[in-house]
Amino acid sequence: MTTNQIRVRVAEVETVAAQIRRLKLVPIGMSGLPDFSGGAHTILSIPDGERTLRNPYSLMSSPYDTSSYEVSVLKAAESRGGSAFIHDKIREGLPITISAPVNLFPVDRRARRHILIAGGIGITPFMSIMRQLEHDDVPFELHYGMRSQERGAYWRQLRETYGHRVHIYFEDQGQTIPLKTLLDGQPLGTHVYVCGPSTMIDWVLNGARDAGWPAENVHYERFSAPPPGTSFTVELARSGKTVPVGPHQSMLEALEAAGIDAPYLCRGGACGQCETRIVSCAGAIQHNDHYLSDAEKAAGDKIMICVSRVDGSTVTLDL
Amino acid sequence: MGLMFKDETYRGDFTFANSPAAIRHFPFPFHEDKYMYAVNIEPHVPGRKGTAYEFPIDIDEHYLADMRDRAITLAEDPLRCQSLPHMLAAEWDLVELLMTSMARDYPEHFSLTRDGDQWHWINRPMKIEDKFTFGNVATLPLRPMEYITRQCQGDFCLLDQRDGDLWMDAGIVTSQADWSLDFDIGMSFKEWHAPVPMAHEIGIFDRALKFLLAMQIGHPVRRLNWTMTINPRLDTAPETYPKWGIDRTTVTPENVGDKVHLRVELQALWRLPRSNAIVFSIRGYLLKMRELVTIPKWSRRMHRVLKTLPPEIAAYKGLSRYQQTTIDWLSKYDDGQPTSLGFFPD
Ligand SMILES: Cc1cc2nc3c(=O)[nH]c(=O)nc-3n(C[C@H](O)[C@H](O)[C@H](O)COP(=O)(O)OP(=O)(O)OC[C@H]3O[C@@H](n4cnc5c(N)ncnc54)[C@H](O)[C@@H]3O)c2cc1C
Ligand code: FES
Repeated sequence: MTTNQIRVRVAEVETVAAQIRRLKLVPIGMSGLPDFSGGAHTILSIPDGERTLRNPYSLMSSPYDTSSYEVSVLKAAESRGGSAFIHDKIREGLPITISAPVNLFPVDRRARRHILIAGGIGITPFMSIMRQLEHDDVPFELHYGMRSQERGAYWRQLRETYGHRVHIYFEDQGQTIPLKTLLDGQPLGTHVYVCGPSTMIDWVLNGARDAGWPAENVHYERFSAPPPGTSFTVELARSGKTVPVGPHQSMLEALEAAGIDAPYLCRGGACGQCETRIVSCAGAIQHNDHYLSDAEKAAGDKIMICVSRVDGSTVTLDL
Repeated sequence: MGLMFKDETYRGDFTFANSPAAIRHFPFPFHEDKYMYAVNIEPHVPGRKGTAYEFPIDIDEHYLADMRDRAITLAEDPLRCQSLPHMLAAEWDLVELLMTSMARDYPEHFSLTRDGDQWHWINRPMKIEDKFTFGNVATLPLRPMEYITRQCQGDFCLLDQRDGDLWMDAGIVTSQADWSLDFDIGMSFKEWHAPVPMAHEIGIFDRALKFLLAMQIGHPVRRLNWTMTINPRLDTAPETYPKWGIDRTTVTPENVGDKVHLRVELQALWRLPRSNAIVFSIRGYLLKMRELVTIPKWSRRMHRVLKTLPPEIAAYKGLSRYQQTTIDWLSKYDDGQPTSLGFFPD
C-alpha cells in the first residue's frame, strides 16, 4: 500500500441532484483530518463483501475546515461497484477508510486570475479551489455547464456564495459555455482549468491551444475510470506469481485482490505512480492513461496498471 | 534532555567543536567501507535516541552559534533569503511545521500555544516571544519563512509544484556547501541538478523527480549527502569563494585533525499541506577528523572510503588537493580490522 489510510465514518449522506450524492466523512479516533489544498482528492476504500472498492473522489469541502471532508459522487451509468455502492448501499454511520489527500490538480499560485470551467460532476475539485481562491483574495470566475437544473449539483449555492463570478449553463435550455470569447483577450497571467467529461476537456485544451495559450497556463483533471475489456493473465516475473484479470477489473485491482501491494496514487492514469515495466506481452496493449507520452506508449515496454490493460492472453510484468 | 548551547564561531577564530555527545549525535554517512553515489531516500521517521535522527527537526548544542552565524551571513548578503510572491502560503506551512516540531520535541526551549489563528510562540534560548495571527504577514516582524528560519538550524528551500516539475521559488541558504540560492532561484528540479556528474546518465533524477512529485502529506523522506570542508565554516557558498577557497591549500600533515572536517547534510523533504509545495531542508553537520577518530569504526571506514573514492567524485566535491594528506593522517587510525555494516558506532 503506498498511501496511508485514515479511518472515517460516513456522517451524512444527501442526494444533492439527480444521480449525485454528497458524503460527509468525519475522522474516527482523531480530532481532525489532514490539511489539504484546493483540487486535492482522496481514495475511498469501501469494503463490499469479498472485495474492496477503491475510487478517487475530489475533496469539495473547505480546505480551512478539516473537521470533516466532503465528496460528491455521480452514479456511473454502468458502475462496476464503486459509485453504485455509494448510491445504493452506503448508510450514515458506516466506517470506511480513505487515503491521505493528494493534489494532482492544484492552482498555479503565480496566476493573477483563474478561469474555472466545469462540466457536470467535474464541479467537485472547483468547490475547494474556489474556497482557497476566495481566502487568498485572488480573482476567479467559474463557468459551469450541466445537463439540466435537476442534474446539476450546487449551482444555486454557488451563485449565492460567489455572485457574479459564477456563470451557469443548462444544456437542455440550449446554453453553452462561450469558450472562444472566454479564451480571447484575457489579461497576461490568466490560467484556465477544466474538469468534466473527456470530450469537454479536449474541447477546452484544443481551444486554448488554437487561441495561442501557453501549455503551462492550461490545467485539467480527468475523472477517468478503468474501461472494461476481455480477461487475460498477468505473470509477475520477479515473484513468479500468476494473477487472472477479469473483464471489469483493472490489473491493479486484480493484483490487490491477490494480496499483492503495488504502488498507486490516483488510480486514474494521471500521476505516474503505478508505471510498471513490461517484460513480454502476448497481445495488444491498450494504453488508457494520460501519463505516458505517445512515443512511450508506442514503445510498449511500460504500462500504467491502474487503467491500462491487454487485449490478448498474457502479459509479463517486472514485479 | 540537557542541551547546553555553546558559545562558538564558524569564522574568524573558528572555535566550533563537538562535545562527545555531539560526536555520537553526528549522522555519519557511510554504511560500508566504500562510497557509491546513490539517491538513497528513506522515510524521515524518528530514529535512534541521541542521534540526529531522533526528531524530525534537530536542534543541537550548536543552535545559538548557528543562528548567530546565519544572522551575520544575511547581514552581509540579504539575497541568501529570497521568496517569490506566490510562495507565501508555503511560507506559512513552513512556520507551522517548524514551530509545532520544535515545541513538541524541545518543550523546555520552545513553546507554541494556538487558539484558532491566534498563535503565541516562545523561543527561550533566543529570548524571542511573539503573538501573531497565523496567515497574516503584518502581525510578524519579518516574512514568515525568514522569521522562523532565523530561529531554526538548517537551510530551507520551498519548492512549488507545477507542470510536472518542482520549482525552487523560495529559500534561505546560509550554510551551503558550494551552491547558490541566488543562482538557482526560480529553477526547475532538472535545471538545478544539472551539475552532478554521471547522475543524468543513469536516470536517477527522473526517478527522483517522479518520487518527489508523488510525495504525500505526513510522509517526509530524508537522505544524506556529504563533502569535506576545511575549517569549520558553515558558509561556503560560491558568492564567498574568495574567502574560503584558499583554505584548501592550508592543509598540512600536522593540522589535518583540526582543519579537515567531514561535512554531512541531512536533507529532508516534506509535502506541505495547504500550499501543496515541498519543503527541502538541508541540515549541515561538521565533524573534525580529530573528533571522528574517537569512534574506531568511523576512523577505519573514513580512511577506506577516501582511499577508494573515484577521482571524479573527489574533484566534484572539491577535496582532491588535500585527499592524500588526509588519507595518510587517517591511516594511523585504521588497524585493518573489519567494520560492521551500518552507520552507527559499535
Ligand atoms: C482524480 C480523480 C478524481 C475524481 N473525482 C470524482 C468526484 O469528485 N466525483 C465523482 O463522481 N467521480 C470522481 N472521479 C471518478 C471516480 O473515481 C469513479 O471513476 C467513478 O465514480 C466511477 O466509479 P464506478 O466504480 O462506479 O464506475 P466504474 O465501474 O469504474 O465504471 C466506470 C466506467 O467503466 C465502464 N464499465 C464498467 N463496467 C462496465 C460493464 N459491465 N459494461 C460496460 N462498461 C462498463 C463504463 O464506461 C463506466 O462508465 C474521480 C476520478 C479521478 C481519477
Ligand atoms: S495510479 Fe496514478 S497513474 Fe496509475
